[in-house]
Amino acid sequence: MAYSEKVLEHFKNPRNVGTLDKGSNNVGTGLVGAPECGDVMRLQIEVDSDSGTIKDAKFKTFGCGSAIASSSLATEWLKGKTVDEAMKIDNMDIVEELALPPVKIHCSVLAEDAIKGAIADYQKKNGLEVTVDLTASH
Amino acid sequence: MDNRKIYLDNNSTTPTDPRVVDAMVPYFHNIFGNAASRSHPFGWEAEEAVDYAREQVANLLEVDSKEIIFTSGATEGDNLGIKGVFEMYRRKGNHIITLTTEHKAVLDTCQKIEKEGGEVTYLEVDREGLVDLKKLEAAIKPNTILVSIMWANNETGVIQPMKEIGEICKKHGVLFFSDATQAVGKIPTHPKELGVHLMAFTAHKMYGPKGVGALFVNRKGPRVKVTAQLDGGGHERGMRSGTLNVPGIVGFGKAAEIAKKEMAQDAERLSKLRDRLEEGFKKLEEVYVNGSIENRMPHVTNISFKHVEGEGLMMTFNQNIAVSSGSACTSASLEPSYVLIALGLGDDLAHSSIRFSLGRFTKEEEIDYTLEKISAGVQHMRDLSPIWEMYKEGVDIDAIEWAEH
Repeated sequence: MAYSEKVLEHFKNPRNVGTLDKGSNNVGTGLVGAPECGDVMRLQIEVDSDSGTIKDAKFKTFGCGSAIASSSLATEWLKGKTVDEAMKIDNMDIVEELALPPVKIHCSVLAEDAIKGAIADYQKKNGLEVTVDLTASH
Repeated sequence: MDNRKIYLDNNSTTPTDPRVVDAMVPYFHNIFGNAASRSHPFGWEAEEAVDYAREQVANLLEVDSKEIIFTSGATEGDNLGIKGVFEMYRRKGNHIITLTTEHKAVLDTCQKIEKEGGEVTYLEVDREGLVDLKKLEAAIKPNTILVSIMWANNETGVIQPMKEIGEICKKHGVLFFSDATQAVGKIPTHPKELGVHLMAFTAHKMYGPKGVGALFVNRKGPRVKVTAQLDGGGHERGMRSGTLNVPGIVGFGKAAEIAKKEMAQDAERLSKLRDRLEEGFKKLEEVYVNGSIENRMPHVTNISFKHVEGEGLMMTFNQNIAVSSGSACTSASLEPSYVLIALGLGDDLAHSSIRFSLGRFTKEEEIDYTLEKISAGVQHMRDLSPIWEMYKEGVDIDAIEWAEH
């Protein structure tokens, strides 16, 4: 299968690879997927509690090139957004940006789930109302 | 930019040996006749060439040339061998025994037979990928007509105990078919010594051209017959109609002749290179070789790089190195390799597997380059892998309740 230029670019030079302190109250962690399925994504956000904006985002992903590119792109998009804005990131935006073929759509779904998981974790930690719908996850 | 292209996917297909190509060329234009044309020299010359190639192929197997039926490839050979026996011997019984790790050309053929009133037992293999001989013998019933077990597995290179299987089949009066696609031309494959009655194989896995293969059908003790699956002009002793692919068959013959001469030296050289590759990769942590180490093809190794997803790993080097992966992501089905799963590997290790299959034209320096490039790729992927990080922190990954999707 041929990959799009954008997928290859993110794969070769992934943005924001790394780990934030998951013990910190400002950090939300989303861990989705399973090794048996061939994809595990961990996406973390660090939120500035005063402004409610995401000041840092990191990821690590076990998976194919499209999964890595989807999570790399997600961290790029998350930085600077407010939590409310971040919630609106839709997997189809990722599909479009990376030109993912139909068999790779699940990679974008996973990235969306990881974003929502990270937001929910942050909200729970801080006693906020969880405003993301995790039941819609896959 | 690094423009090297290294081919380590010889179990998929091999390049055609230049000596084979040279042998084929005259048969496209100068000697182009139909081998079935009996009334003029154009046909006679073509027939002569086919007869000669049939001898060359028969010599490789140490069988009579009358026992070689030319086909379009191993898939056709598998279909003709299995369906042909089922239809021919149906009055005697309808039960076939095979393995879960067979090639799809065998498994899907067996499923078709089940739909048509056949009964098929799919035996599981052990952790090494080998058939359990006791289970095999126990599975034979009064209505069993055929045992279909591949000589060597395409994904792992594991070689089945052919002699012992042959003895069991003989003892119970059951026919023995083998998909020998990956073995012929690489290791000695003499069906008569081992009690194999039918055997399918193909030219393009042994440095011959694509589109031509053969089915060996035993003619004496017992005389085996198969019902034709392609009807028409009655070519190939009535078992396979269709105008013969003369240039392809000539190339197949030449490939067989070369294999007979060079097989031993190729195998020795390639097993050393294969071992060099494995030793090099074992310097990385958490690297596992899949399938039997003792009973396998000399040029194949199937390796799982734990905590790294196979397709992602392949992306780090597939501009330069061709291999294949058991990862689901490389298949349309999104399921990881059923062969590796049958060996008892977890899905995670199956997703992390890469098959390296070396060939006659593989060079030592290519192995060294491969080691360097793929080791760096594994490192890159592990740096990206949350599971690797957890493993390094001592987290028990199997104990985590993953949200499966």
